[in-house]
Order: sequence, then structure tokens, then C-alpha cells
Amino acid sequence: MEKNKFSWKLGGEAGYGIMTTGLIFSKACTRIGLYTYDYIEYPSLIRGGHNAYQVRVEDEDINSPIRPINLLVALNKETVDLHKHELTPNGGIIFDGEQINLSDLGRNDLKLYHVPLLKLEKEIGGLMVMRNSVALGASFGLLNHDWNIVEKTIRDAFGEKGKDIALEDVKAAKAGYDYVKSNYNIFDFPWKMEKISDEKKMVLTGNEAIGLGAIKAGVKFVVIYPMTPISNILTFLAGYDEEYGIIVKEPEDELSGINMAIGASHMGVRAMTATSGGGYCLMTEAIGMAGITETPLVVIEGMRGGPSTGMPTWNEQGDLKFVLNTGHGEFPRIVLAPGDIEQSYYLTRHAFELAEKYQNPVLLITDKNICESKKSLNFFDNTLKNIRYGFASQDELNKGNYLRFKFTDSGVSPRSVPGMPNGLFIATSDEHTEYGLYDEHIDNRIKMMDKRFRKLENCKKEIPLPALEGDADAEITLVSWGSTRGAILDSMKWLRNAGIKVNYLQIIYFSPFPDEAVLAILKKAKKTLIIEATKNGQLADVIREKTGFVFENTLYKYDGRPIYPEEIHDKVRSILKK
Amino acid sequence: MTNIKFLNLATPNWCPGCGDFGILLSLQQAIAELNIEQHNLLLVSGIGCSSKIPYWVKVYGFNSLHGRALPVAIGAKLANNKLNVVVAGGDGDGYGEGGNHFLHAMRRNIDITYLVHNNQIYALTTGQASPSTEEGDKNKVYPHGVIERPIQALAIAVANGATFVARGFAGNVPHLTDLIKQAIQHKGFALIDIAQPCVTFNHHNTYDFFRQRIYDLQKEGHDFKNKTKAFEKALEWGEKIPIGIIYKEERKTFEEKYPQIAKKPLSQHDISFVDIQKAMDKMC
Ligand SMILES: Cc1ncc(C[n+]2csc(CCOP(=O)(O)OP(=O)(O)O)c2C)c(N)n1
Ligand code: SF4
Ligand SMILES: [Mg+2]
Repeated sequence: MEKNKFSWKLGGEAGYGIMTTGLIFSKACTRIGLYTYDYIEYPSLIRGGHNAYQVRVEDEDINSPIRPINLLVALNKETVDLHKHELTPNGGIIFDGEQINLSDLGRNDLKLYHVPLLKLEKEIGGLMVMRNSVALGASFGLLNHDWNIVEKTIRDAFGEKGKDIALEDVKAAKAGYDYVKSNYNIFDFPWKMEKISDEKKMVLTGNEAIGLGAIKAGVKFVVIYPMTPISNILTFLAGYDEEYGIIVKEPEDELSGINMAIGASHMGVRAMTATSGGGYCLMTEAIGMAGITETPLVVIEGMRGGPSTGMPTWNEQGDLKFVLNTGHGEFPRIVLAPGDIEQSYYLTRHAFELAEKYQNPVLLITDKNICESKKSLNFFDNTLKNIRYGFASQDELNKGNYLRFKFTDSGVSPRSVPGMPNGLFIATSDEHTEYGLYDEHIDNRIKMMDKRFRKLENCKKEIPLPALEGDADAEITLVSWGSTRGAILDSMKWLRNAGIKVNYLQIIYFSPFPDEAVLAILKKAKKTLIIEATKNGQLADVIREKTGFVFENTLYKYDGRPIYPEEIHDKVRSILKK
Repeated sequence: MTNIKFLNLATPNWCPGCGDFGILLSLQQAIAELNIEQHNLLLVSGIGCSSKIPYWVKVYGFNSLHGRALPVAIGAKLANNKLNVVVAGGDGDGYGEGGNHFLHAMRRNIDITYLVHNNQIYALTTGQASPSTEEGDKNKVYPHGVIERPIQALAIAVANGATFVARGFAGNVPHLTDLIKQAIQHKGFALIDIAQPCVTFNHHNTYDFFRQRIYDLQKEGHDFKNKTKAFEKALEWGEKIPIGIIYKEERKTFEEKYPQIAKKPLSQHDISFVDIQKAMDKMC
């Protein structure tokens, strides 16, 4: 019997509420103190394609999906065909034997649980999506989860507004729950769950964490053109617009989106936009304008498989060098990249601070596997307060001779905002004087460029230095950025269990780049392995460019699928020959 | 009255005789006559000869990117809806590079005044065809004459939700001043397409060309509330060219539809502490 450690997958045709059901599964697990990590796979289609929602559950914090599954819920035959090889011996399949035939399964080490999903759904109300709830109930029946918690989780998911739907779903889930309990000996199925704590935990995506970070930072203007994988930042924030007094706008295109955000920020409000590769291409000219006009701005770039439309719903880390070199010409670019959902919250908040403090665009890169995966997490720090940076006071302006782009030692010049008397200036995409008049003189050009780049030098002094996680005397140092962090942390646990000492360097701040600190760490490493979801290794290039360091071993994956902890574990052992 | 002297920032470097001078003067005069304080107006432009205008007017200025003046202005207006926002730029900037923004700004009926300096040419890049160059006109890019029809910007504006649609003439400053004043006072998206002779690159649509053709709609008793009539006038271009208000209606503005800014502009919201506990609770 395996308690509180299993992985569950729900698969079926797109468009039938698989995402909602998956989230309820995950929340019902966290409500008894367990930890979850949810990973979703879906094609760029609304209906007809295959959707899969995988929940990994353990009694301690986990950071990535794993490939093996213990219980597969197949709403159609395709799900079985696609995922049967992922099932562990003794794993179970919940399916509707009246609809699909598994005689060609080809595995006799699995447990098959026929549940008449369609029939039970029809008996209740007949909505197609109710079938998921029957299957959800059946899963919890097999896992022997507390019914009251399942019921409460379903009710909460639909809230006050969805009271009636919730009622139907509860009925459907109960029918599935009872069916497995009365038709099977559930103790034949080796995986079970049991309450370990009452502590409340959230289950949320990276997109939602970015949204929360932005709200926390006092964002007032959000303008986002939808694009996978960041669309849910838009929809999440739209749900809170009136509550938090935010204008959330879907513009006509990304060109408009970024320029509106710049216009709003120009007026002194915290503003942001978000996009993925293709939309980011369109935004680059305006990001340069934010640079030369010294307008604070937060841009989220959520990577997906490229180039061009590429693989819209799959993961890749192929935009690092592009974002680092955003736009033409030279201007300070501040670039950060969270590696998980929790970091997404704190870094988004930090992005707003840095943007305002240095009056500069801050580009935050994330990826599909952070944006759209869910994880159980403790509450984020809600005590943090916002400090406003860099505004000129009315008294200062009233002294006269105000110059918006005044040459200062720090490179930062106090801002006035339109509407303030005695603070007139011109923001311009042309090179300009301290007032903002266009100017092409040699002396002014050099001074303005130097002033803007002094901001980056000062920013470098305040960014947190990279630190190693794991064993101090490691046999090998793993290096990565972005979502690969999760799989690395999980693989490290397994490696340590196998007696292998390993540590990890995650790069979070890319520009300004902490070159000395990174080089110092890498020089001390006995062996190194760099892990990236790219074909050619962009982080490896960046580190070589900044420090001269060349990696000994690489693990690159560019098939759109996550890098699994198993793969890292195996790679490390093969390098160490252990 | 705001002293117009204070509205001069620097000396324009447009070609002597350029229609942009008439537009600059009319805008300054309108600001002065409406008594708008200099710090309460943001003048946003794109890129082009015409888009240099923020350099010559002493108000808050934003000289943005080619085609992007409208979104910058919309963002600014939504962030501080108390501010007067005027956008100015060329026909290439607004109807070509920024055409999509033009279409959508009108749908929103955001309270912005948009002055299009329509010289029917790309002037700053030295005389290529613009979306409003007349069919058959010869220039560097079309040595055999332009083979596309000019864009019908005014008719598009009438169709697409602009609530103040007018044509002005850079050669008639008193008339244009009055139009700009009305446009700024109008609550909603106001477009003034301004016939602006480019003395250097457009030898077809000259001051004389317009003087021979233009007539004042308001003197003819045109009913600008009548959409059908407005379409007729918006499309009229030939022996006679109308100036004045073509279409006008009162409709709720974009900003008025946001309860978030009903009490105070976003720029005055206090963000020192934002409590996210409720939002986090929902995720459990
Ligand atoms: C993205 C981009 N493309 C092209 C240009 C070059 N460019 C500058 S102004 C201009 C056209 C200007 O025409 P218009 O907007 O009508 O202004 P005018 O000079 O006639 O007043 C062009 C093509 C640019 N600055 N930016
Ligand atoms: S080129 Fe034409 S539009 Fe430009 S300043 Fe000269 S006359 Fe005016
Ligand atoms: Mg032009």
C-alpha cells in the first residue's frame, strides 16, 4: 500500500471541462494537507484535440510533473492509447466499458475499473461535462478520500453564482464515488490518501501568481492581447478589476497594448502588459521607446515553442537571447526570470519596483510550464508594502527650471507627471536634451547614453546575488533557469537518496547580469551540467558571453515536453558513472 | 486667457510656407482661448514632419513612435481622465502605420482630440505616396502614378463611431482654431482631418487647389446630426471640398464606462498597501 504518494491523470477530448475537473481534484488533495503539482497538455484547438490534466500528489513539497502515473481516467479511447505506457505496474484505469473497448490494451499488469460514466451522467442530468464529475468521484472512491471534503471542494469551485451547477456536479461525483465502492474492492488498488494536516494551501498557476504579484505591487493599468501561454493573466486580472480599481484592457493588438501601457505609466501609474514570442516581436520597438523616454514598464514574456507560431501550447526556452537583446539600439534592459510559481509572485512585485526605481522597462521572462502548471503553495507574503520611487514633489517643481532628464550621478532623474504645474517636458523617442527637445549634438548624445546606462550599473548593485542550493561539497553543479528548476529540485532529492551530492545554480537576474558571482560559483564546481529546454543552449551562450565559462555537460530538450526529473537523475548518474 | 506667448517652446523647423504652421498657430490659439492651463494638456504625436509639433508647443509633450500616438494617448487618458489629451500627426502616421489604432480608438469614443495633418504624402521621408495620395498622382515611388484609391478616413470615422468628425484647412486659421476649440470641448473622440499643403513634396494639393474648392459646411446649413448626409459630405472630394463639422453626436465616453475611475483618476489611487488575502483565499 502506498499512502499519499501517487500521480493521477485525466484525459479526454478538448472542450469538456477537463481543466476544471483537474483543478478540483488537486484542491481536494491539498485540503487534507497534501502537496500537488498539476501539469496540463493540450493542443492549440478548442474542441476535438486531446487534453490531459496530470496531478502529482505527495506528502511533501514537489516541484515538477513526473512521467509515471498510477491512476488514469480515460474519458475516451485515445487517452488510453496515448498514456497506457505511462502507467506503473498495478496502476488503474477508470473508463466507461460501455463506450470503449480495452481488449487491445496489451498490458496485463493493470487494474481496470469500468464505471458506466455515460449511464450515470444520464441518470443525473445528462450534461456532457457531468461525466468528468462521475469520473472524479470514482477516482476519489478508489483512493478512499473523505467524501465530505470532495463535496465541499466541488461546491467552493463553483461559488455562490454556480450553486445550481455545483449541486449537479456533486450528485454526479457521488454516483461515481459510490459506484466504485460498491462494485470493487477498492483495497485492491494500492494507492490511498489520508489527511495529514488542516493547514490551508492555495493551488494556483504561474499566471495567477504573476497576477497576484501585480495586484500586490499596485498595478493600475493592465493591457494584454491574448496569447498562449499568458492569456490567463488577462482573464485572472479582469476578474479583479473593480475590486482592486484596475483598468484591465484587451487592446486591438500588441502594438497598441504596449504603447497604451507606456502612455499610462507616463502618467505615474504602475502599468504592465504580457505576451508570448510573436506578440513580443511586435512590442520591441515600443520597449526601446520606454528605454529612451525612461518610462517604467513591466512586460511579461511567456515563452512557448517557436519559431513563428511554432508549438503554441508547448514549452520551450528559446526566447532568452531575443529578450535580452529586445529592440534595436542600445538601452538598459532589466531582465528577470522566475523559475517557479512562487518566484513568479515575488519577482513580478520586484519587477514593478525596479521599473519605477530605474524608470526603465523591466522584462520578465517565464514559460508555458510555469504559466499554466499549478502547484499547492502556502499563502504569499501579504504584509509587503509599496514604496513609490522617483517622483518630483510639487515643491521641487515650483522652484523652477525643472528638467525631466537632468543629468544625475545615479542616472535617475526625478519625474514630473502631466497635470503637475511647473513640470513641463517632452517625452520623446528621439535622442533629446534634459528638457526633452530632440538633440543630435555629440556632447549631449554621449551624456544621455551614459546617464541611461548608469541606471543599469546601479541596478546591478542591488540585485540579489545568485546562490547555490543543495550540497556544499557537491560532485556536480546543475545550472538552469526558468521552469526546469522544478524538475532539478525533485531530481536532487532522488540523487541524494542514492548517495550522490549535488547542487544547483538558478539564474534569475539576467540583466544586469551578476557575472562575477556566477563565475565564482562555476569555477569552484567539480563538474557542471547545464539544463535547458532549447536546441542550442541559450543560457550556456549567455554565461559564456558574460563570464567566459564553458559547460562540460549539457541536457537540451526541444520537443515541447517538460524535462522530467527522471531524465536529469539519469543524466547525472551517467556523467558521474554512478 | 492663457497668454499665447507662453505656448511657444522653440522655433519650428518646417519648410517656409508649410501648412503645419497654420495648424500649430490654430492649436495654440485654441488652447489660449479655451484658457487651458499649460500643465493640463498632453500633446501626443507619432513620427513625421507634422509629428514634430510637441517640440513647438509649451505643454506636456509626448513624441512617440511612427503610428503609435493614439495608443500612447489612450493609455495616458485612462490613467488620468482629468487631463486634456490632444493627438497630432500625419496622414501616413494615422491612416497607414497606425491605421488599426485609428479604427479602434473611434469605437471606444475615448475623449481625445485627434488632429491629422493631411498633406497626402509622406513628407519626412521625402515624398513617397501616403494612404491619402490621390489616384494617378506621380511621385518617387509611383513614377507612373498611384494605382490605389485614397483612404476615405472621414467616412470611416463616421461609420466607426467617432462622435465628432470634421475637416479643417491649414490655410484658414480662424476657422481651424474654432474647429479645434469645439473638438477639445466635445466629450468623445474628435477627429479633424486637416488639409495641409506640403509645399515641398505635394505639388497637386496646394493652397490654391484647396482655395478653389473648399466651402464651409456650417454656412450651408449642413445637418451634422444626420448620418446619411454626413456620409455624403465625408465622401465629397472633387470640384467642391467641404470643411467644417461633418458629423457630431453625443455618446457616453470610454472613460465614463469605468467605475474604477468615477471618483478619482487611476493616477491618484493610493497603492501603498494592497491586501490580496481575499484573492488568495479563493485559490484554496
Ligand atoms: C516604424 C517606422 N517605419 C518607418 C519610419 C520612417 N518614417 C518616418 S515618417 C514617415 C512617414 C511620414 O508621413 P506622415 O505620417 O504622413 O507625416 P508627414 O511627414 O507627411 O507629416 C515614415 C515612413 C519610421 N520612423 N518608423
Ligand atoms: S516637407 Fe512638406 S510637410 Fe514637411 S515641413 Fe516641408 S512643407 Fe512641411
Ligand atoms: Mg503626410
